[in-house]
Amino acid sequence: MRDFQFVKPSSIADAVKALSSEGAVALSGGQTLIPTMKQRLNTPDVLVSLTGIAEMTGVCRGDSGLHIGAATPHATVAAEAGAHYPALACLAAGIGDPAVRSRGTIGGSLANNDPSACYPSAVLGSGAVIVTNARQIAADDYFLGMFSTALEEGEIITEVRFPIPEKAAYVKFDQPASRFALTGVFVAKFASGVRVAITGASNDGVFRWAEAEAALSASFTPDAIEGLSLSGDDMISDLHGTGAYRAHLCKVLTKRAVLAAC
Amino acid sequence: MPKDGGIGASTKRREDVRFLTGKGRYTDDINIRGQAYAWFVRSEVAHGTLNKVDVSAAEAMPGVLKVFTAADFAGVGGIPCGWQVTDRFGKPMQEPKHPVLADGKVRHVGDPIAVVVAETLDQARDAAEAVEIDITELTPVLDMKAALQPDSPKVHEELTSNLCYDWGFVEENKAAVDEAFAKAAHVTTLELINNRLVANPMEPRVAVGDYESHSGNSTLYTTSQNPHVIRLLMGAFVLGIPESKLRVVAPDVGGGFGSKIYHYAEEAFVTFAAKTLGVPVKWTSTRSEAFISDAQGRDHVTKIQLALDGDNNFTALRTETYANMGAYLSTFAPSIPTWLHGTLMAGNYRTPLIYVNVKAVFTNTVPVDAYRGAGRPEATFQLERLVDKAARELGVDPVALRRQNFITPDQFPYQTPVAVVYDTGNYHATMDKLLEISDHAGFEARAAESKARGKLRGFGIAHYIEACGIAPSNLVGQLGARAGLYESATVRVNATGSISVFTGSHSHGQGHETSFAQVVAEMIGVDASQIEIVHGDTSNTPMGMGTYGSRSLAVGGSAIVKATNKIINKAKKIAAHLLEASEADIELKDGKFSVAGTDKSVDWTGVTLAAYVPHNYPLESMEPGLEETAFYDPSNFTYPSGAYGCEVEVDPETGKVQILAFSAADDFGNIVNPMIVEGQVQGGLAQGIGQALLENCVYDENGQLLSGSFMDYAMPRADDLPMFKVDHSCCTPCTHNPLGVKGCGEAGAIGSPPAVVNAVIDALHRAGRTDITHIDMPLTPSRVWAAMNA
Repeated sequence: MRDFQFVKPSSIADAVKALSSEGAVALSGGQTLIPTMKQRLNTPDVLVSLTGIAEMTGVCRGDSGLHIGAATPHATVAAEAGAHYPALACLAAGIGDPAVRSRGTIGGSLANNDPSACYPSAVLGSGAVIVTNARQIAADDYFLGMFSTALEEGEIITEVRFPIPEKAAYVKFDQPASRFALTGVFVAKFASGVRVAITGASNDGVFRWAEAEAALSASFTPDAIEGLSLSGDDMISDLHGTGAYRAHLCKVLTKRAVLAAC
Repeated sequence: MPKDGGIGASTKRREDVRFLTGKGRYTDDINIRGQAYAWFVRSEVAHGTLNKVDVSAAEAMPGVLKVFTAADFAGVGGIPCGWQVTDRFGKPMQEPKHPVLADGKVRHVGDPIAVVVAETLDQARDAAEAVEIDITELTPVLDMKAALQPDSPKVHEELTSNLCYDWGFVEENKAAVDEAFAKAAHVTTLELINNRLVANPMEPRVAVGDYESHSGNSTLYTTSQNPHVIRLLMGAFVLGIPESKLRVVAPDVGGGFGSKIYHYAEEAFVTFAAKTLGVPVKWTSTRSEAFISDAQGRDHVTKIQLALDGDNNFTALRTETYANMGAYLSTFAPSIPTWLHGTLMAGNYRTPLIYVNVKAVFTNTVPVDAYRGAGRPEATFQLERLVDKAARELGVDPVALRRQNFITPDQFPYQTPVAVVYDTGNYHATMDKLLEISDHAGFEARAAESKARGKLRGFGIAHYIEACGIAPSNLVGQLGARAGLYESATVRVNATGSISVFTGSHSHGQGHETSFAQVVAEMIGVDASQIEIVHGDTSNTPMGMGTYGSRSLAVGGSAIVKATNKIINKAKKIAAHLLEASEADIELKDGKFSVAGTDKSVDWTGVTLAAYVPHNYPLESMEPGLEETAFYDPSNFTYPSGAYGCEVEVDPETGKVQILAFSAADDFGNIVNPMIVEGQVQGGLAQGIGQALLENCVYDENGQLLSGSFMDYAMPRADDLPMFKVDHSCCTPCTHNPLGVKGCGEAGAIGSPPAVVNAVIDALHRAGRTDITHIDMPLTPSRVWAAMNA
């Protein structure tokens, strides 16, 4: 790791200001950034910590659902979201290991948008709203492909607002080594319809499976998607599984998520 | 009542107190005043011509003492290989040069090219980025069969090809084996891959070199399983330092699994650089570096065939294996696929004719050498998969087919057709025990329960034989070993009766400090707390060969027994003098010497004090003191064996395999510490299951390591494993060592992979998928699913 400056502002305004300096990078839980710095793949001049800003942490029930501060660690979501949104708490409880869950944050995960991360599927599957220092971004407009998001340079996620569905579940199939999602499916049933968001599978990152949503909106049963299939052509293919395998898992896990939804 | 001390007691491991409280002293904990730090610049390509290494910019960087390249090592030897295999035509293997730093060519990703030594680690690392390297990439040699084609590029230009050796065993049997196959009623054929593994001990390798200019003495602190072997190899073959001027210390070592047996370039480097620069030099491997510089394991591609007669008796076995050596010959690499593999191909069976062919091949990959089991897991995997396949083809019970062909208890000692003589064993007993502890009889009901949940349950069995404590030295010399394989011990009884045992074995997780003390405590009758076990430092222990191949108790423990017997003999003489009795009448019991048939006695400390304060002592006939050294060279291997049973559930929708139960019924002969033995078996099972389901070292078509971190190399975790049932009540004591013990350290890793794969194949067959006869390890969900959806 190379030397760097470290600042820990206590307000969003100060954080935005600090991030405007040359070579400044936002640091949330550091679960991706710190390892890449150790490997010297990333050499920021200034790290701007976002974990000292009170208004960016915590889980609370708000007007538009469940509001989670962007710097809230996974362990807190796992412990506190359950009463309002069990599927989301369950997802948070299954990320990484206890050390990762104590440091890693929802905002960090969403800003990074790792194609195998869990949270993007919950955000897209719930139709959540990503609140930044500058604006509100609908989940459908936020994820722009692997490691790519709608965030502008220096823009900070401050909060995520989850509408609470009638039923939901997340089913993750672990990549055996990293235990990221080899494929993970988030299913959420709202009065307005069903959303199905899949992580870990596509070369374009998290995506919604429109055909499955339509079928499940008509009938929220595993059998409803029996006749559907996804192509593995544009899916991730690596030593842990081919695109065809991931495409197959998408369907298996979607059915299991429908069964598990509560 | 379980014993609370001595042989047979589950004494808690005394070393764990320091390990669990963070008080272990590992090589990385050693920091010498004024030390500098080494950072290795390694090849990022698998194969290339090294045109130029320009260190001028790096040497000008802050804090840099020197940047070393191959030119600095022109005057020293290369890294030696400790075993020369002779091929089937009577010629010695092809043995390439192995320079300390790459000279003219790079041959695998991770091959060291230059080393920066600087005042701080960050300075060394910064300067390493300024080393300018000009490489012309060459086509990498990766596939072993392609590597042997005449048009293949060569890993080593000075060799005639990429073939290290073409070994046949027993060559004289080849024609008879082929004839038996021609006459066979049934032939079962299996082609398989034994997947390459990365050892990944918890502690990465570390080396610290120190040099005293006033005395000319060099010291190397290193993460080694055998410090004397490193002193010999590095001193005699690489740096030309006599033993009297070279001390090698291997303090607490955090696991080795074979990967810390070998002499590595980094050890020679820090020793050499410390002398060159006049400052201590330290190198600590990063985990990423370990993936590309620690010797890796396994990597065999095999075709194996079994011939059976009309009554299902095994009549002949033949195998053809391609064994990957990697880019250079690691210390014991040539011996693994040959003498530690071919000699085990009889397994537990009476197969009368066996022929083993092994082609060892150089490729542009990290060198391959022994890894927990070393050759024996490869042999067992082939054989036990093959026997299972044969049973399925013949429609007979795999247990019954094994039993029918087992060597029977009355046949020991048993001369196999592959040179070795099994001294003892009872394979029917271990199989019976396995069926009992695994509730084999209840399997059908459990399978029905799984089926009701949409899961496929299978039961897999493997029966293994292992050869531990490789020996005797004169035989291994004939087989090509360039070292002896005895072990040494010095037992130093101190004046007040406490005992210091200096062993040539090395403990890096095995619990020697506990179990060796139990042996001496039992023999003399003193409390184990009075006994200290000293190991790991060439300056205070007799020349020893270290720890690997499940040899320490059988060989090192026997040396301790031998030295302790010398102590007891001399102590009896002293006691006889003190008691004014005949030596022949002196009995030692519970730490007390008494004259048989009388109440005259002297206790242990009375004798030890007399030995060192010899006021009343037969000085005219005996030297004072009570210290004895013994070297023990075994007359044979020990042959532990066992039956393993694995019960799995396969999720047909995803291909995921879950191990529901795993049972191990081992015969380790006599047991000194049952708790430590059980721990060894459990650890071995975890590693074997890791190989079977999770671990895989994968290179891409450019020779880049795809599984180069724990993000992609799947180590077994606790929740990948079931609670193990481990039993070692079956006991046929070894007949040729004084403790009657066999090795137990590798068994778990040897017997478990075929049990796991057999269980998965069983599950698939029960579900009607009899077309799936084999899946190569690791049986990841995607591989199992692909096999089911081919």
